[in-house]
Amino acid sequence: MNSMKNVFASRWGIISVGAIIGILAPLLQKLGNPGNMGICVACFERDIAGALGFHRAEVVQYIRPEIIGFVIGSLIAAYSFKEFRPRLGSAPIVRFVLGVFAMIGALVFLGCPWRAMLRLAGGDGNAIFGLLGLIGGIWIGTLFLKGGYNLGRTQWTYASAGWLFSLFMVGLLALLVMFPPIKGEARNGVLFYSTKGPGSMYPPLWISLGVGTLLGFLAQRSRFCTMGAFRDLILFRQIHLLSGVVALIVFAFLTNLIFKQFHPGFSGQPVAHTIHIWNFLGMALAGLAFALAGGCPGRQLFMAGEGDGDAALFVMGMIVGAGFAHNFGLASSPKGVGPYGIPAVIIGFIVCLFIGFTMRRTYGEGV
Amino acid sequence: MIMEKVIDARGLSCPQPVLMTLNKIKSLKKGELIIKVDTETSKENVSRAAESQGWKVADLISEGSEYTITIKKD
Repeated sequence: MNSMKNVFASRWGIISVGAIIGILAPLLQKLGNPGNMGICVACFERDIAGALGFHRAEVVQYIRPEIIGFVIGSLIAAYSFKEFRPRLGSAPIVRFVLGVFAMIGALVFLGCPWRAMLRLAGGDGNAIFGLLGLIGGIWIGTLFLKGGYNLGRTQWTYASAGWLFSLFMVGLLALLVMFPPIKGEARNGVLFYSTKGPGSMYPPLWISLGVGTLLGFLAQRSRFCTMGAFRDLILFRQIHLLSGVVALIVFAFLTNLIFKQFHPGFSGQPVAHTIHIWNFLGMALAGLAFALAGGCPGRQLFMAGEGDGDAALFVMGMIVGAGFAHNFGLASSPKGVGPYGIPAVIIGFIVCLFIGFTMRRTYGEGV
Repeated sequence: MIMEKVIDARGLSCPQPVLMTLNKIKSLKKGELIIKVDTETSKENVSRAAESQGWKVADLISEGSEYTITIKKD
């Protein structure tokens, strides 16, 4: 029988975790992160891609310690509660491709679902279109799920294989410590830095890493997932994960009010544009890709920490997608969508629909 | 134990185990159903989904990294 109940998996557990994220993300903004970007998994992975030189958008280059913390925090939680499960082999290339287009869609909107919620909680009205797009994309994903779409079973693998992605994160941290940012310098050793723009805005390393690790730990325990929140609502009429997401928005809103970071409006919002249709469609593409891959970008990091090699590959896809997004002019900027952003979203939808329509299988019962 | 009443969702990630469980619950309406999963998350999700449909988790066996969940409805 069930010997140890996971308190974080209860209704109050998930609400508490959403509330803690909602408080800590605006705090990270207060301590240095960019506007309405206390935490943004997509933006921060994009900044990591920039710091490594995978793209050369000069204003978005920094190894974000929050991302490292998310993975390591989840790894610690997974080991503490005997949930580390090294596994991989469920259509890896498909997950990589979904990661690429998830990132492209997110960068057309300018944010992952976490940031969409933080933008809303900071008064950015454009986020409403992004969130509606997210829900629309997830809704399409649920139609595929109902129709038998799935990427197949994972396989057992070595514990060391389950460690690889966490070790990659440790490697990034080592680079950041070895080649720290130097004020006014665009480069130190192998790493690129931003001297202006969002990439030049961040709290002290240990604060970012500490908060990231705490949230990684809590999110692993609670299975917090912004995509799952809407998917489970649409598919099963379940509001378990959704209650965490609502708590995030409410507490982020209150924290922003306290820090005087709430500025309602549409134009002039930080790292945002006002072209509603592409805010909607960019996030719809991302939402569909998350639904087909089984998790929002945050959840993919937490699963990667638990030893899931397929989730790790989705994250790698997102990092490569960030390279494409900035090298090809797909990413939006406060001025509007990039020169090739629109065709990229269309191609992304075609690829996701191709994956959704062609990868169906019904598993028989029995052992 | 009748084989038809066992769902093997090992290696499948959510929402698959939940979808499979709910589909089977719909066709069975009542009785006993066994679901095998291999992550804690799937175990929690399947139990939560079953309970939301008025089924009870009658037994839960954990062996290594596998869980065998028995749910019942009279």
